[in-house]
Amino acid sequence: MSSILEVNKVIKQYGDYVALNEVSLTVPKGSIYGLLGPNGAGKTSLIRIINQITMPDSGEVILDGEKLQPKHVQHIGYLPEERGLYSSMKVGEQCLYLAQMKGLSKAEAKKQLDYWFDRLGIQGWWNKKIQELSKGMAQKIQFVVCVLHKPKLLIFDEPFSGFDPVNANVIKDEILALKEDGATIIFSTHRMESVEELCDHIALIHKSNKLIEGKLIDVKRQFKTNSFQVGILSDNVEGLMFDITQKFKVGPANFKSLNDEIKLEIQIGNASPNELLHVLTQRGQVTHFVEKIPSVHDIFIQTVTD
Amino acid sequence: MSIISLIIKREFVAKVRNKSFIVMTFLSPLLFVAITGFIAYLSSMKPDTKLIAIHDESGLFVNEFIALNNKNSDYKYLDLSKVDIQFLKDSIVKENFEALLYVPKTVNNRELETKIQLVSNESPSISFIESTQGIIADKLTKNNLELAHLDTLAIKKAKAEVVFKLSKASGEESLRGLNEIKIGIGGAFGYLIMMFIIIYGNMVMRSVIEEKTNRIVEIIISSVKPFQLMMGKIIGTSLAGLLQFLIWAVIGLSLMFAASAFFGVNIGPTARVSPEMMHAAQQELTGTAQMYIKEIWNLPIASILIGFVVYFIGGYFLYSSFYAAIGAAVDNQTDSQQFLLPIIMPLMLSVYIGFFTVINNPHGTVALVFSMIPLTSPIVMLMRIPFGVPWWQIAISVSLLFGTFFGVVWFAAKIYRVGILMYGKKPSWGELYKWLKY
Repeated sequence: MSSILEVNKVIKQYGDYVALNEVSLTVPKGSIYGLLGPNGAGKTSLIRIINQITMPDSGEVILDGEKLQPKHVQHIGYLPEERGLYSSMKVGEQCLYLAQMKGLSKAEAKKQLDYWFDRLGIQGWWNKKIQELSKGMAQKIQFVVCVLHKPKLLIFDEPFSGFDPVNANVIKDEILALKEDGATIIFSTHRMESVEELCDHIALIHKSNKLIEGKLIDVKRQFKTNSFQVGILSDNVEGLMFDITQKFKVGPANFKSLNDEIKLEIQIGNASPNELLHVLTQRGQVTHFVEKIPSVHDIFIQTVTD
Repeated sequence: MSIISLIIKREFVAKVRNKSFIVMTFLSPLLFVAITGFIAYLSSMKPDTKLIAIHDESGLFVNEFIALNNKNSDYKYLDLSKVDIQFLKDSIVKENFEALLYVPKTVNNRELETKIQLVSNESPSISFIESTQGIIADKLTKNNLELAHLDTLAIKKAKAEVVFKLSKASGEESLRGLNEIKIGIGGAFGYLIMMFIIIYGNMVMRSVIEEKTNRIVEIIISSVKPFQLMMGKIIGTSLAGLLQFLIWAVIGLSLMFAASAFFGVNIGPTARVSPEMMHAAQQELTGTAQMYIKEIWNLPIASILIGFVVYFIGGYFLYSSFYAAIGAAVDNQTDSQQFLLPIIMPLMLSVYIGFFTVINNPHGTVALVFSMIPLTSPIVMLMRIPFGVPWWQIAISVSLLFGTFFGVVWFAAKIYRVGILMYGKKPSWGELYKWLKY
């Protein structure tokens, strides 16, 4: 898969403070790419460089094979975390203005606006002022402004904040539809469940450095502990515990079930799952046997606290 | 449409559609006319006649004042020389006298010069004191001459009055008072520039702060360069301002005409003057007016107008770049005060220099220097131009102005670029300096 965006050894300093320290990223075409990191890690600095709001001190950014330059703004759509529109300007005029800034002709912008307003069911808002809209409504407008010019690369910074669950779902579906149409999406968020749900690639930035990058599944493999969550119904608990603690590391587990079984988390190290199963089946009836996959949440916390 | 013209258009439309712009545009000429009319009405009212009591023990002056009663309507003089002076002093308040003029009996006139008293409850107006002193001094001088047995009539005849006939080396005749016209014209244009810079510079600043506080700026500068946004904003706002001035000019003029017709402001001579005198005066008046008009036409009108446009553009752009940078540096308007002071100061300074120095010595060192310094030249040079400024001085001043303008735009754009993305705290001067290096 070829990449739409390559960031090569980008350094950005503000005075003495290093915001990005030789950060390199590769965003594959057609992916939903989760950009993670604690507050102040350097995500916004990076996003601003990709949007050409600020320039890197050194390093380069390649968009679709070309070095990033001013004409590329029309291929990028950006939804900043800090939302904002002209509060006293009418919705329609405002969208037209912002679309024309992205290089659309007035007629084309109007056409696209009609399409999106229709699609999101907000046709009646054309002549309203932003200050008359609720926060969620304004967010919808902001989303439309971001995708209106059919960019190849979309950058969403916390796209779901401010939306109720119903509208969050609407936006989520739109993001997936955009991906289906061939757009690449960079997705910066602190909501790990959305990352699990949507992203196929992730990168984690911490204290100005990139620590992790890759396909989500590869990252998870990298972080797996070879642990299994086990539920077992046994008459001889002491015997069972004796057997397994001899061979494996055991801890308590917590999962939902219908039986009153013993719940354990067992780390098998280099042994095969069959060996564990063998021990278990001799001592009781296995009701639950699942490999523990590290969640993005776990990976995030583990990486950041190490 | 190019991006910058898109921004200009949006800024212009946003300004013009704004309710406060519409209200300001149509209300302020009305207010201006109403205030002018009100003042005109107040000053046309006749003040109450004030009573002045005179107790003249010397008997020299009382007739001079009584004679004034026929001419002067503001003051009425009463001869109370026979009344006891202590009683008079005590009864000023009760009798509603404005003042009591007390001339004591003295050995000679010399002593009298410092012995005359003017007693009043409230301090009398300076013009009243001066005119009263003048009357007494004149009378006293005349009396001194008579005592010395000099022929006052001969002396009066011998007294010469000199009036210069003014003309320039180029041969044109020139009029007394023309300097006032020149400074008036230059001053009006200079003042206009200052007003425009302050009002519309502030608008640019507010517009920057607005974009910054509602965070739309991040979306916009992901599409355009901060420099384009700043320039578009400055130009768009200035166009809105020009439109406002144009409307004001039109409304103001028509309202002034209407108002002067309505109040019937007295332009002609008063009715008490006899027809012949009126005729003569009128002829003299028209003659002088014609001369003045001729003189005004002799002014370097083309230079003044071109100068106005050039200095207007240079000055406004220079200052509004500062305003834009300040707007970018702060989060709200209250924080901007600290940075605004250094901007307002040179503006004020140039107006003062214009009215106090240029009028006295339009080609002196102070006027010359300040008409070169870019921060003051738009106003000071404009005030000098009606007096005739060598072209090379204008050339240097204009190139300095525009050179500085480009420098300041560069500097402001840097502050702007960093500032619009900085939220939360008010920066110090030191931090602004650091931003220049980002």
